[in-house]
Amino acid sequence: MALTLDELAALVARDIPAGAYVNLGIGHPTKVADHLDPTQGIVLHTENGMLGMGPAAAADQVDPDLTNAGKVPVTELPGASYFHHADSFAMMRGGHLDVCVLGAFQVSATGDLANWHTGEPDAIPAVGGAMDLAIGAKQVFVMMTLFTKRGTPKLVPHCTYPLTGVGCVSRVYTDLAIFELGPNGATIRETYGITPDELQARLEIPLTPQA
Amino acid sequence: MSRTQVLATTDEAVAGIADGSTVLIGGFGLAGMPFDLVDALIRQGATDLTVVSNNAGNAEVGLAALLKAGRVRKVVCSFPRQADSYVFDELYRAGRIELEVVPQGTLAERMRAAGAGIGAFFCPTGVGTPLSAGKETRVIDGRTHVLEYPIKGDVALIGAHRADAVGNLVYRKTARNFGPVMATAATTTIAQVSEVVPAGALDPESVVTPGIYVDRVVRVVARHYTVQGAR
Repeated sequence: MALTLDELAALVARDIPAGAYVNLGIGHPTKVADHLDPTQGIVLHTENGMLGMGPAAAADQVDPDLTNAGKVPVTELPGASYFHHADSFAMMRGGHLDVCVLGAFQVSATGDLANWHTGEPDAIPAVGGAMDLAIGAKQVFVMMTLFTKRGTPKLVPHCTYPLTGVGCVSRVYTDLAIFELGPNGATIRETYGITPDELQARLEIPLTPQA
Repeated sequence: MSRTQVLATTDEAVAGIADGSTVLIGGFGLAGMPFDLVDALIRQGATDLTVVSNNAGNAEVGLAALLKAGRVRKVVCSFPRQADSYVFDELYRAGRIELEVVPQGTLAERMRAAGAGIGAFFCPTGVGTPLSAGKETRVIDGRTHVLEYPIKGDVALIGAHRADAVGNLVYRKTARNFGPVMATAATTTIAQVSEVVPAGALDPESVVTPGIYVDRVVRVVARHYTVQGAR
């Protein structure tokens, strides 16, 4: 069976090392937070200037001065800290974050990422912190469906959408398989409801089976 | 002129902002947005402005109201498109406003550089993407970097939590965001705060923005606003 979004988020959470400093971007990857083990001491960074971010705020906890990167009201955990934007992005760019998890439109077999702009003429480009995260975190994980709603692969030989970063993605978590990416291409780590041969038939990139 | 002025009204605080100015406006979404100063700027009338801010306005308040009033020629930001950025979206699609999209960390660092007297800097963000097209690059330690230039403001409008009488500022939670960086990067920095306390009442160890960066302070009544996505 293909994985649900929650099952996928749980798999990403399982692979985040204890004690890691982690940024979960915006949108679907923020679900990973729901599956982190609180005893593992994982610290969440939010680009708008906080370490030690807690869960989304309940109605009676909402503080307009305390939001995450998606502008959703959140809470602070003991040991939290606040800092300004230049410091927050110095943290990323300087390689201090262990893992970031991002969504994607497309990922290439060598880890190029396209996740900020469809390039369509009437689309309004909006990059936010995606480019900074893509090149800054020690490991960049992508969490996405493997195919678009029309069945087009999102793991591709070369991205056709405008790039966010070059050769920056190390692992791709999808509803059908987990892939490790590197300079030599994609390796299948696990599959869900599909065989490696079926995967190879539907993707236009050479896949190395798990060693 | 060096010492911070504590002013009684936002209209006094924004006096003298010239047409054609580059205005740095703090805030990330609504958090830290200096709403009252932006409203005063609309009343003040300066036009043909270049606005540097993370977003391009929410609903019809703050920066969105300034855009709607037709005062802005160009927006420099990282993330214009939001669920409630319809004022900007319409202007952009009608070709009535210029947009320069800058990666968020590069936006912050370009302002930091302006405030710190750095002539330009090499940055790895955006290499190989459309946002670095045409920019000078250099390989440093085996990695390609893009040359980025400072963004200097004529004016910065920022929101802070508390000021003392000499302009030292402290912020509140993630509303700090761009305030401390923008405060350094503008010729004239204007801060709206919820409270002004006497000199000596802020712990010097806790000051986030030293008063040297702050030209004008005005106290405003904290405004309640709806946060999108609240549940």
